[in-house]
Amino acid sequence: MTAGKKRSASADLRYEAWLRFRRNRLALAGLVMALSVILAAVFAPVLAPYDPLKQLIWTQGREVRLAAPSAAHLLGTDLFGRDILSRILYGARISLQIGIFATIVSLLVGVPLGALAGYFGGFADDAISWLINVIFAFPFFLFIIAVVAVLQNPSMTVIYLAIGLVNWVGVARITRAQFISLREREFVEAARALGLPTWRIIFVHILPNALAPVIVQATMGIGGIIMIEAGLAFLGFGAQPPAPSWGLMISDGQKYLAVGKWWWAIFPGLAITYTVLAFNFLGDGLRDALDARLKR
Amino acid sequence: MLSYVLRKILYFIPVVWGVVTVVFILVTIVPGDPARLLMGQRGDPETLARIRSDLGLDLPISRQYIRFLGDLLRGDLGTSYRNNEKVAASLMEHFGATLRLAFWAMILASVIGVSAGILSAVKQYSLFDYSAMFIAVAGVSAPVFWVGLLLLLIFAYGLQILPGVGYGDGSWRYLILPVVTLGTRPAALIARLTRSCMLDVMNQDYIRTARSKGLTERVVVLKHAFKNALIPVNTIIGTQVAELLSGAVLTETIFAWPGVGRLTVEALVARDFPMIRGSVIFMALIFLVTNLLVDLSYGLVDPRIRYD
Repeated sequence: MTAGKKRSASADLRYEAWLRFRRNRLALAGLVMALSVILAAVFAPVLAPYDPLKQLIWTQGREVRLAAPSAAHLLGTDLFGRDILSRILYGARISLQIGIFATIVSLLVGVPLGALAGYFGGFADDAISWLINVIFAFPFFLFIIAVVAVLQNPSMTVIYLAIGLVNWVGVARITRAQFISLREREFVEAARALGLPTWRIIFVHILPNALAPVIVQATMGIGGIIMIEAGLAFLGFGAQPPAPSWGLMISDGQKYLAVGKWWWAIFPGLAITYTVLAFNFLGDGLRDALDARLKR
Repeated sequence: MLSYVLRKILYFIPVVWGVVTVVFILVTIVPGDPARLLMGQRGDPETLARIRSDLGLDLPISRQYIRFLGDLLRGDLGTSYRNNEKVAASLMEHFGATLRLAFWAMILASVIGVSAGILSAVKQYSLFDYSAMFIAVAGVSAPVFWVGLLLLLIFAYGLQILPGVGYGDGSWRYLILPVVTLGTRPAALIARLTRSCMLDVMNQDYIRTARSKGLTERVVVLKHAFKNALIPVNTIIGTQVAELLSGAVLTETIFAWPGVGRLTVEALVARDFPMIRGSVIFMALIFLVTNLLVDLSYGLVDPRIRYD
């Protein structure tokens, strides 16, 4: 088989996966929803009707304090007269940033460790699997808040490093399982017989074939990470005021639920649910589209 | 069977050792001086030095670690910086409330999740199936604390048919909203899993055989299909314990529920390291022990699984 033919064959497979993905209505919905969140984050300055940090009570008086949703403020305002819609749009930046960076950290740690454990087996596998089991034993969310809370006033970088350094175990488990099932296959043996260096076999020959489930896991993980960040901010360990973080807005707004000012806490929660839903649909759709390709 | 149980337990020891070591490292590397934290700005150098030696902070790390392991073996998790109470005693005192919350949440989640999953599978592509699965996927995607606030808004502040936050001297009326909050996510996951397992099983040959024997659909579904669909469902119920403990942290905070989760959050806010250390270890141990029990229970659900 020539290189050209091989490329077109894998392009065909990719195209078929895309066709399967496109037929899946929930997957498409997830893609559209995720794109809408990304667009909201990118174009927040254009889309937001107000400055997310501007406290309008200083210029427009007390009527804009906790004002109910209206034409001027579609989702209402908070205690300081900040426009909630604008804050939610800007908040997408925080959530996506954490979701993406923490996922990258998880992949950078989880894929190499999972690959080493799965390819070499033996002691490497025992040691890495032990570490995975140890980290799995902690309730994730609790462990992450413990890490973030003991480091005083952590920056956003620390937060996504902390999330990534706990979250990598899921990626590592799947990568390991993939490597175990692939390492005895003919194409790997052929590569070994050709005398290729081990790192080349692992990263050039096995890894591309092992990636599909890892990508699915990572996509589904983005939603979970966004939820963890919201929980951290809600408890006061994540983004700090006046950042327009969704979790922080819910935390600030909850005190006003009992007096009927529900919009401050409820709308940001809808934004979280929408975003997490988007990545869950997307992950489900990718799994269904790519799985069929693996079975062939 | 006995050797299987023993091997499982033996395998546990290194994992438990890893867990306590990770927690020790986590709490030991933190910036700041615990003695200073305890005394605030008041402490004069001699008092600070005395506290450090009381806490063993003047020892080299290796000695501190050995002392920590020794204390743990005796069930001593240290003393809270905040109120001088024994950490282990505080945890046990608060664990009852968490257990009560988590137990009912799991019962609720299993009953609703399994029945919704079975009904969805039996009536695949019906209106019930679509709405149940939509609610389930939304339930998986909504943050626990927001679900809790939404329930408070509707049932406590809006309709005013249930009490708001608090433990209410243990009255069951105070239990309802926290249980529903904590149970939503596991219920949604269990419903989705039950549905897909049931659909897998319902397409098997032996189900066709059972039907062709003339058994009623009810017997086919409940007796033949459900039993086999239960195995993966049983697994996820076990793994949900970790989710429940994480969820309890947030649920207890919202509902001012006097459990281990809220105790932990208070300790984290106060940077009460012995309490943080103790509660993280405590929750990890609960998770490990529950999963051991789930592993061992496979044989009861599925006699085909052999202990070798």
